[in-house]
Amino acid sequence: MLAGTDLKDLRVAVTGGTLGLGLALVRMLTAQGAHVAFVARTPEAVERIANETGAFGIVGDVARKDDIYRIALQITGNLDGLDVLINNASSLGPPMLALLADTECEHLEYALGVNVLGSFRLTKALFGALVASAHGGRGAVVINISSDAAINAYPSWGAYGASKAALRHLTAIWDQEAKADRVRFLSVDPGDMDTPLHAQAIPDADPATLRRPEDSAVSIVETLLAALPSEATHLVGAHR
Amino acid sequence: MTAADGPGPESAKLFIIDAKGRMRHLARTELVSLFSPGDLIVANDAATLPASLRGLHVASGELIEVRLAAWIAVRDPTRFVAIALGAGDHRMPTELRPHPPSISPGDRLSLGPLVAVVEDLLGHPRVLALRFVGDRRAILAGLAGHGRPIQYAHVREPLALWRVWTRIAADPVAFEAPSAGFALNWRTLAAWRERRIGFSTLTHVAGISSTGDPALDLRLPFDEPYRVPERTVAAIKQTKSQGGRIIAIGTTVVRALGSVVDANGRVHAGDGVARGRIARETPLRLVDAILTGVHQPGESHFELLRAFADDSVLNRMSMVLAEHSYRPHEFGDSVLIERQPRGLPHRMHR
Repeated sequence: MLAGTDLKDLRVAVTGGTLGLGLALVRMLTAQGAHVAFVARTPEAVERIANETGAFGIVGDVARKDDIYRIALQITGNLDGLDVLINNASSLGPPMLALLADTECEHLEYALGVNVLGSFRLTKALFGALVASAHGGRGAVVINISSDAAINAYPSWGAYGASKAALRHLTAIWDQEAKADRVRFLSVDPGDMDTPLHAQAIPDADPATLRRPEDSAVSIVETLLAALPSEATHLVGAHR
Repeated sequence: MTAADGPGPESAKLFIIDAKGRMRHLARTELVSLFSPGDLIVANDAATLPASLRGLHVASGELIEVRLAAWIAVRDPTRFVAIALGAGDHRMPTELRPHPPSISPGDRLSLGPLVAVVEDLLGHPRVLALRFVGDRRAILAGLAGHGRPIQYAHVREPLALWRVWTRIAADPVAFEAPSAGFALNWRTLAAWRERRIGFSTLTHVAGISSTGDPALDLRLPFDEPYRVPERTVAAIKQTKSQGGRIIAIGTTVVRALGSVVDANGRVHAGDGVARGRIARETPLRLVDAILTGVHQPGESHFELLRAFADDSVLNRMSMVLAEHSYRPHEFGDSVLIERQPRGLPHRMHR
C-alpha cells in the first residue's frame, strides 16, 4: 500500500535509528524521499547508516540530559524545521528480563531515563519547531513507540513495562494539551519484532514467530500519514 | 543549574506604561489577563545557537574565543561573521578581556573539533569573516558539541543551551536569545487563545548585544535577517483592519515588523534583512506596544524604546525601575510599553 508513496518534503527525526525498528524506519522514510535525521549513540554506526541512507546522522544519547538540546539543534538545523518526531529509542532497563524484586533501582532509572525522560525532553526541546510546522499548515506529529507491555502486566518486564506505560500516558495527555496547536501525539505498538531489544529480552525466541521490523515500519508510516492534516498532503505524493 | 534554581520566571515582575504614560506594577504571570480580544501578539521563534567557540589561533598558538555574530548567508553554517576575543572567560566583563592575537586573512583557528579559516577582516582587526571546513552536518555537530551559548558576566553558572531557548524556540538562527520571549509559556498562550487574543510568530536573527569594544558596539546591531510567514502577515492585516493592537514581544519583533511594512503601509511576507537602528524619530507603522526587558539608557535597546515613549516618560521609568529593584538582564524582569500618540504632551499619572 505504501509502495510508491513519495514523502518528498516531509521532515522526520527518528531516535534509535541504527538498529531494529528505528533503522527500518530510517531506510523506509529516506527511500520514499523524506528528509530524515536520526539519532544514535555509536559514532561508527551513525556514520554507516548515514552513508547508506543519505539521512543526517546525529551522535547523541537521549538518556543524557546534556545531549538533548544539542540533538534538537542538529535536527532542526539539518532539516530546516521538523514535521514528525518518532521517539523510538528504547531500553529494556536491566540487561536481561528480571522480576521487579530482582531489578536494580539503577536499571529501572535507566529504563525511565531513556523511554520516558528521553522522549519527554527531546519532544519538549522540539515542541516550538513542531508547533511552527503545524501552524504553517504542514502538520506536526509525535509518534512514541509503545508496547503491549505498556498495558498488560507481564511478569519480568517490570522496568520496561512501567516505563512504556508512563510514556503512553504522557503521550495521551500531551495529545490533549497540544490539540489547540494542532500537534498530534500518538502511541504506536509495533508488536513483537525480531530486533536486538527483543533478542536481549528473549534470546531463544524463534525469529519466525516475530514480526519483521520492516513490516512494523510500514504500519507506522501509514499511521503518521493518516495523522497529518489534509492540507499537508502536498508534502506527500497522491498515493494515499 | 536547574530550571528550579534562583528566582525563576514565575516570580518575575512586569512594569507597564500605558499610552497615556501611566505606570503600574504587576507580577509577570498577570500577562495572561492583559490585552483585549482582537489584539495580536507577535513573538520571535528563533532558537539560539551555541555561538561561543574556544580554541587556538594556530599561527600564534594563542588562546582565542570567537563569537559567531552574523550569518553571511542565513542558515548556511559554513560561513559566519565572528568577533574575536582573547583569553579569559565570561566572568570577566567583556571590556576587560585581553586583546586577541593579531589575525590575518588566511589564518586558521582550531576550535575543538572544528577548523575555521579567516577569509577576511571586516573593517576591524577583531571582526572576522570565517569559513568552517567541512559540510553542514559536520559543522552543526561541531557547533552543538563544542559551542556554548554566549555567556553573560552577570550569570555565574555557565549557561547551558536549554537555558537560552525560549519556550517557543523553533529555528536555530539567533546568536543571542530573543530574551523578551522568556516571559512566554504555553499556559499564557493558551489563556490568550481562550480570550480570542491572537498569537503569531516570525523568525528574526537576534544578533550579539555587545562586543566588548565601545567603538565596535556602535556598529550594533548588525544587519539581522528575518522571515515573516504569510500567516503572520495575514493576522497583522486582519488585526489592523478590525482596530486591534499589535503587541511585539521584544525589540527583534519591532525591527522585523519595521522592515516588512513599506512607506505606504503595505505589509510584505517573506525573507528580508533589518538594517539600521530604530530610534526616537522612527515611525512605528505596525507595532502598538512592546514587551521587553529592563534596558538602561544608552543601550541600543533603550534607544528603540524612544520610538514608543517620550524621553520624560522613559527617564521616569528608569528611576522607578531602579527604585523597585527591577532586574535588568536577559533573565530579568519585563517592561510593557504602549506606544504614545506622537506630538501630544504627556502628562504623568501615578
